[in-house]
Amino acid sequence: MSAAKSHLEVLPRSLQLLLVLGVFALAAFPFVSTDFYASMMARMMILAIFAMSLDLLQGVTGLVSLGHAAFFGIGGYFLSLVSSDSGTVSLWWTLPGAVLASAFFAAVIGFFVVRTHGIYFIMVTMAFAQMLFYLVFDNKEIGLFGLSLRLGGSDGVYINLKPDAALFDLENKKVFYFFTLGSLVLVYLFLRRVLWSPFGRVLAGIRVNEHRMRALGYGTFGYKLAAFTLGGGIAGLAGYLWGAQTGFVNPELMGFHMSAHAIMMVILGGMGNFAGAIVGAFAFEYLLHLFKDLPDIGGFRAGKHWQLWMGLFIVLVVAFAPRGLLGLAERVLRGKEKHHG
Amino acid sequence: MADEVLLSAKNLVKRFGGLAAVNDVSVDLWRGRIHAVIGPNGAGKSTLTNLLSGDLPPTTGSIHLGGQDITGRSPERISRAGLGRSYQKTNIFLPFTVWENVRLASQSRAQHAASWLRRATGYAGTNERAEKAITLAGLEHRRDAVAGTISHGEQRQLEIAMTLATEPQVLLLDEPLAGMGTAEAERMVALLKRLKEAHAIMLVEHDMDAVFALADRLTVMVNGQVIASGTPEQVRNDAGVQAAYLGEEERS
Amino acid sequence: MDFSNFLLQLLNSVQYGLLLFMLAAGLTLIFGIMGVVNLAHGSFYMLGAYLAWSLSSMFGSLTLAILLGSVLAVAFGLLLERVLFRHFYHRDHLDQVLLTFGLIYVFEEMRSILWGDDVHGVNIPAALGASIPLTDHLSYPVYRLFMSGVCIALALGLYFLISKTRLGMKIRAGAFNHDMTEALGINIKRIHAIVFAIGVGLATIAGMIASPVSSVYPNMGSQVLIMCFVVVVIGGIGSVRGALISALLVGAVDTFGKVLLPQVAGMLVYMLMAAVLLWKPEGLFKQ
Repeated sequence: MSAAKSHLEVLPRSLQLLLVLGVFALAAFPFVSTDFYASMMARMMILAIFAMSLDLLQGVTGLVSLGHAAFFGIGGYFLSLVSSDSGTVSLWWTLPGAVLASAFFAAVIGFFVVRTHGIYFIMVTMAFAQMLFYLVFDNKEIGLFGLSLRLGGSDGVYINLKPDAALFDLENKKVFYFFTLGSLVLVYLFLRRVLWSPFGRVLAGIRVNEHRMRALGYGTFGYKLAAFTLGGGIAGLAGYLWGAQTGFVNPELMGFHMSAHAIMMVILGGMGNFAGAIVGAFAFEYLLHLFKDLPDIGGFRAGKHWQLWMGLFIVLVVAFAPRGLLGLAERVLRGKEKHHG
Repeated sequence: MADEVLLSAKNLVKRFGGLAAVNDVSVDLWRGRIHAVIGPNGAGKSTLTNLLSGDLPPTTGSIHLGGQDITGRSPERISRAGLGRSYQKTNIFLPFTVWENVRLASQSRAQHAASWLRRATGYAGTNERAEKAITLAGLEHRRDAVAGTISHGEQRQLEIAMTLATEPQVLLLDEPLAGMGTAEAERMVALLKRLKEAHAIMLVEHDMDAVFALADRLTVMVNGQVIASGTPEQVRNDAGVQAAYLGEEERS
Repeated sequence: MDFSNFLLQLLNSVQYGLLLFMLAAGLTLIFGIMGVVNLAHGSFYMLGAYLAWSLSSMFGSLTLAILLGSVLAVAFGLLLERVLFRHFYHRDHLDQVLLTFGLIYVFEEMRSILWGDDVHGVNIPAALGASIPLTDHLSYPVYRLFMSGVCIALALGLYFLISKTRLGMKIRAGAFNHDMTEALGINIKRIHAIVFAIGVGLATIAGMIASPVSSVYPNMGSQVLIMCFVVVVIGGIGSVRGALISALLVGAVDTFGKVLLPQVAGMLVYMLMAAVLLWKPEGLFKQ
């Protein structure tokens, strides 16, 4: 990779305030809106968790993974594998289970891919993720250790019963919404701590100048593998929540389009501080809905060809706003402070 | 401290395809001595430094550090074994502050280096090591500046500070004076004299004034081979060296 | 496995490998010389297939379609390089990945608008429609031999171009030392345009000749892109020789794997890649 960009790691006060307001707005949302939109918001929050997990790899450590969605999918599929229509499963072991399963796969795949650099890393992460994609896509079920695992093939699998949380009822849409919001906030706070921890500082150093980090005595392979595993685990958490929220998992959750969307979200919002990933996820999903709902213009079905608009949008953002929305916002706010300071 | 050999490299050869960039080079680094390696461009000095620091594996030959065989080991393992290296082309963390550059270097020696929940800046041991290194390099007044914004000479000082923050026994310094003005160079020379006592230092340099002011031993390389090695007096009077190198330097 | 069957699988594996080589060679050349990773490379394969279908329907002849299509593809490649890719060379890999990912979307939609979303078949020209008997039990389709033949011819042409011509020398110089080559007065921009056009051309021709065998359908680009990446990773990026050997290797592992170990057939190629990564993380023939 070429010279590392300086990332917006320390958020200016004004942006921090905006984030807190954002959380309050999200908390109020289900009370002022319909169930339909609240569900949509919940899905955006889940994607925000997914985006943050990628930001740890990409924004902080500088590892551009085109296969991160594999771990998102594994989280969702874990839930589908342990769920059944005959009764509920407990949240309290299935959620950690999904995180551990994703982390495990991330550790194994990471062991092979983390030893590569630059463009190789991008290609092999994509390749291994596609391997898992095809594994699920091509097989309605596979036998493993004597068990028959229902993968569902290209049709996917339905999850008809939400996990049982015992203390609260996840079947209640508002309760599930707040559980998701709580998860979002906790993951954000956790990742911010990691960012400023010794471990996080090493990851940032690796992004800026891995060669010098090694010369200073850091075993960078181990650190990158740890970041890859941690990122994979958190992606699994998001995938689990997605499966629980939507009640459906399919191979597309692991696909390379999903991985590329995640990269876009992180870039769009601004990398390296996790807040950008949240902003980017919301912005990206909102745009996606916007493009898909475009009206027909004189026989040309603009909405059907949403990929065209999305593709052009991606090209424009990368070409003209490489530090994303938060980067732009920071420039604007700094400009304002200069005038008033 | 008694004089001892801290790093011993024997018969190092490095081939790239058919070309031997380093051809049967041996060097011993003693604590309390500055050993300068000089030679024209392309002589193999940088390759030699890379071999000693682990950035390149030798084709043949051996390297021992503090008694351990470190031949072919990775750079991080060699660093942990007590070797610190500074680079000819400034190799710092440009987006970070001067303090963070040195603190990160110092953190590498901490037990907690991998911990992931406490704030990195709150560890006393790491901070002390970093303070010492920053003070030695004379950069205390610049600690909050972003490394990419400081002057070239200050960046070279930072380069040294980071190397010192890992508290190495052996220092490999690749052209530390490159691009420095007179005052800065004098400061650096004074620093190196202070460091000499506790470390074994190998200095690759083109600045002949500094070399003869500092070096206790000299090795002259041409085309990958050692053509003379010994005290500065011995080397200065060596006919082969005069012909091949020093004479040309005086002329130019 | 009896001899006939073995021969059949061997021929199939070589044919598949050579096709992959056409794609991988382009990708690796473009990366090796301009430093650009192009995620939309598979789209050119798809473009070739759709061109083959629409032009052969228009003119009634696949051969004519391939000839005309090649010209159109090279022209398109030159245009794309001039207007778009030229500006990405200095960007970092993340930007390139995203820009070309955006392009995949754009290409997919343009394909949808121009040619629709249906699956199509392409007819093999009558002259190549027969099967040659190879053994008592085995007849092999002439068209598949033709496919391999075209790939070999192009591969030889590429080799000749790069090793034996002045243009090839300039291309190699540009890969070795970009700034020096420019300083020597060699028009590096033209070299880049030519290399890019070659890459696009190879991928598109691959799509065209493969179309009767693989059919013409949306998303065919993404599927082949992944295999192309695996080939390039195993072979070593920037090495055309590596791409050839790696493509044949992947072709063999995939083809024989499907026959001998059908349960894990899909995973075998990735396991091969994983093994190579452990041994040589930068590919077998890294420059």
